[in-house]
Order: sequence, then C-alpha cells, then structure tokens
Amino acid sequence: MVSLIQASRRTAAGQTDSDGEARLRRDMPLVPATSIAGRALVTVIAIMTFLAALTAGTAILIAEASQAWRASIGQEMTIQVRPAVGRDLDAETAKAVEIAAQTPGVASARAFSKAESEALLQPWLGAGLDLSELPVPRLIVLKLDGSGKLDAAALRSTLTDKVAGASLDDHRLWLARLSIMAKTVVFVAIVIFALVVVAMMLAVAFATRGAMAGSREIIEVLHFVGAADSFISRQFQRHFFRLGLRGGAIGGGTAILVFLSADAASSWWRATPSGDQIEAMFGSFALSPLAGATIVVMTAAIAGITGIVSRVIVFRHLRRLA
Amino acid sequence: MVWREDSENAGLSLVRFENVGLRYGIGGEILKDISFAIEPQSFQFLTGPSGAGKTTLLRLILLSLKPTRGLISLFGRDSGSLNKDAITALRRRIGVVFQDFRLLDHLTTYENVALPLRVQGRDESAYRGEVVELLRWVGLGERMHVLPPVLSGGEKQRAAIARALIVRPELLLADEPTGNVDPTLARRLLRLFTELHKSGTSVVIATHDLGLMDQFDGARRLVLGDSRLHIYE
Repeated sequence: MVSLIQASRRTAAGQTDSDGEARLRRDMPLVPATSIAGRALVTVIAIMTFLAALTAGTAILIAEASQAWRASIGQEMTIQVRPAVGRDLDAETAKAVEIAAQTPGVASARAFSKAESEALLQPWLGAGLDLSELPVPRLIVLKLDGSGKLDAAALRSTLTDKVAGASLDDHRLWLARLSIMAKTVVFVAIVIFALVVVAMMLAVAFATRGAMAGSREIIEVLHFVGAADSFISRQFQRHFFRLGLRGGAIGGGTAILVFLSADAASSWWRATPSGDQIEAMFGSFALSPLAGATIVVMTAAIAGITGIVSRVIVFRHLRRLA
Repeated sequence: MVWREDSENAGLSLVRFENVGLRYGIGGEILKDISFAIEPQSFQFLTGPSGAGKTTLLRLILLSLKPTRGLISLFGRDSGSLNKDAITALRRRIGVVFQDFRLLDHLTTYENVALPLRVQGRDESAYRGEVVELLRWVGLGERMHVLPPVLSGGEKQRAAIARALIVRPELLLADEPTGNVDPTLARRLLRLFTELHKSGTSVVIATHDLGLMDQFDGARRLVLGDSRLHIYE
C-alpha cells in the first residue's frame, strides 16, 4: 500500500515536472519588446509608411489613368476640313473620308454632320443661333485598327494635296503633355518616397542609439556570457524589424483603407457632375493589383530597412565599445 | 569536465598576469605590478578591503578592461593578440557570478540560466533538461517561471550562480557571491563552489568575508592591498 502511494506520488510529481517544463517561457526577445521609445517609433514608422503608400498609390492611379487616356486617344485621329472660298465643304469632306477610309491602319472614318459640328459649338455660342453663315469646319473621326500600319505623315500629305483646307490632328501634342504629366507625378512620388525613407532611417538610427543606451547592461551581460557581436546585433535587428513591420503594416493598411474608402465614396458620387470630373481625371480610386502589391512591398521594405539600419548602428556601437 | 586542448596539452595556466598595471586616465595606478597565475583545478579567494580593486581584477581576467601595462594571457593565449571573436570564444569557457547578479529582468529564471547556451546558438530543446536539472539542484525548481524582480536576494544569487555553471566552465569567477545572503545560505553556496571545484573547475571567489574564507582552509588567498597583490599559499 505504502509503495503504491509512493509510486502514485512519484507519478504525480513527474506529471507536475513535465507540466512545469511544458509551461516554460522560452526564447523571449533579449531586447525588451515593449517600451515607450518603441511605441513612439512604431507611430513614426506608421505615419511615414502611410504617407509613402498614399503617394505611391496616387502616383500609380494617375499613371494608370494617363495610360488609359493615352491608349484611347492614340486609337483616334481627327481630320479637320475648313471651309474654303469656292469649294463645296460637303464634297471636300466626303473626299477626305474616302481617302482616310482607304488608308491602311484606319478601321473607320466618320464625318461629323453639320448639325453635329454645330452641336459641338453650342456650349460656347449658345443654342438657337443660325451658324450657317459662320465658317464652321467639319470634323472627321478616324478609328484606328491598332495594327500600327498607319503612316500618319503620308496621310497628312495626301490630304493636304487632294483636299482643300484639310489637316490631320494625331493628338501628338496631347499625348506628349500627358506623358510628361504622368512622368512628373511618378518622379515626385519617387522623391517623396526617398525623403520618407531617409527620414525614417534617421528616426530608426536615433531610436537604436536610444535603445542601445537603455540596454547597456543587457549588452554587457550578453558579452560576459559569451555572446558574439553578430548575435547581439541580430537581437536588435529582430527587435527593430518587428517594430518596422508593425508600423509599416499599420501605415500601409491605413493607406489601403483610405483608397478603399475613396473608391466607395467616388462610386457614391459617380452620378454627380463633380464625381464625373474626378473620375475623368483619376479613373476610379479602386487600387489595381500593382498599386496594392506596391504598398505591400513598400511595407515589407520599410520593415527590412528598419532592421538593417538598426543592425548597422548596433555593429558600430559595439565596435566603439571594443 | 572536458578540458580544451591548449590548456590541457600544454599544461598551461588558465590565467597568467605578468607585471600588470592599470590606471584610469592620467591618475595613479590602481593596480601595480600584478603577477599571478590561476592553475587548472585550483581554488582561490581574492580578497582585500572594499575598493582595493577586486572587481577590477576580475574584469581584467574577463578582458573587459585592457591593462595599461604588463601581459595577460588567458588559456595560454596572449590577450593582446586576441580579436573579438577569440575573446568571445574564451569567455565561453569562463563562468561569472556578478556581485549585483546582472540577471535580465524581462527574462524568467529559466531563460536567464539558459542564456549562455542560447547565445551559443544551441537549440532550446537540446538544453532544456540540463537547465531544469541545474535549477532544481540550486533549489530554484519551483521558481523557474518567475521573473527576477520577484526573486529574493538569495534566489537571485543562486540563479546567477546557475547561469555561470550551466556551461560547465573551466574557470569560475564569483564576485562577492555571499554578499547578499545570510550565513546559512553562504555556507550552502560555498559547498556548491567546492563541489564544482572537485569536479575540475578552477574557482576564484572575490570576497572580504573572512568567515567564509576560514571555512575552506586549503584555498590559496590572493590579497589586494595598496594596489598590489600578495599571495598566500
């Protein structure tokens, strides 16, 4: 009986021991995870990431919208036939349509009727006017087939030779301006992102120096128990990578939420004139996969940069200590 | 105990000081002409009045201070020729018990004791049993989940000693290990050090507790006074 009790006690003790070992807290970060400085740094990184993500998202939206404009404008050309003395404008217009329609690369050529041309002027000249006496030019809209076979210079030359008062507008000026505008926006976004990254690196450098000063005793103990500098700097890198990841996720996530909210709001206003204007300018605010991926990559990059900067600072500090 | 090649085969001292002097800044030397050796499997007390330089001497042995003059060799290697990696490798062969324990407050007793193994990059599951066993041996089996601020002075002292012992050091340096404990616990801790010595570790205990030294008659005494070291075999 006694031996049974002893055996059961041993079993119970063994159970408790293994429970105790199972409950052991292991591998806690050697750099304390929570501190006021850490929270402040997370906030700074979150704000920086938010601004960078907002800039990048907006730049991508504008670049994509401009690309859509350029693609749609690039698929059209316009022939303008101006009235000339002694010439039948309708006949000249029909001739121009015929020349254009036979040109390789042109899918269709349609002349605006007189009424349609006058309707285009209505917003400026008002309704109810008799425009028959005014020299209103006629417009012909060419739709291109996208094969790239069109020789615009040759078509322009043919039209000039054979149709009095005809000129070809291939929207090159518009396309060039749009392209410059889109490139400028992307360039400004890259500059802002670079500034944000530099500011963040400085903030991380200061925070790391602060953390090193606050963890002086920890570093000393780690050295005495045989930790190599690479091990110590890895601990700090891990600590700051976590802070960077948290700050980046908060900032990037908030930026994505802002875009989603803007998209919802723009669809709400879509029927209104101002909503149409905004949509014409930016397209919809819906984040494309590219913009979403950019924000996610940016968040990861910011966390990575935070970790690397802290590692470099710690290495320098440890070298100075040596 | 597994002795390393350079101290075993060459029959070298673990620590050798030759005419070592140390001064801070432009002041006078706080340690003068210190010459001594710590042999393998030896036991010695380092004593002297408060402020005599006991902790400084231990820091010189740990190579956390550089001497102003003289030669220090550790495990047969001249300290002046060691790079950081070599110093780290040598420190892994030394266990240290600090006067103020130096436990990391955000780690549990278990994590603190396991720290020297963790910094070597060893897998936690490989040393868990060893650490738990040592914690039980020093009477902290029930306190392994606890953070240091909750431990009593004696418990902190034992945790600090366990941390120094976990790597089975060839040399143990203990700075006033009984300074914060009652006489009964002091005797228990001394027994722990003597057992460690019997298992092959060289022990250096810095203390000014004469009563403690009297309990271990066979120990060599290194006495610091007037910035110089006097050795009593």
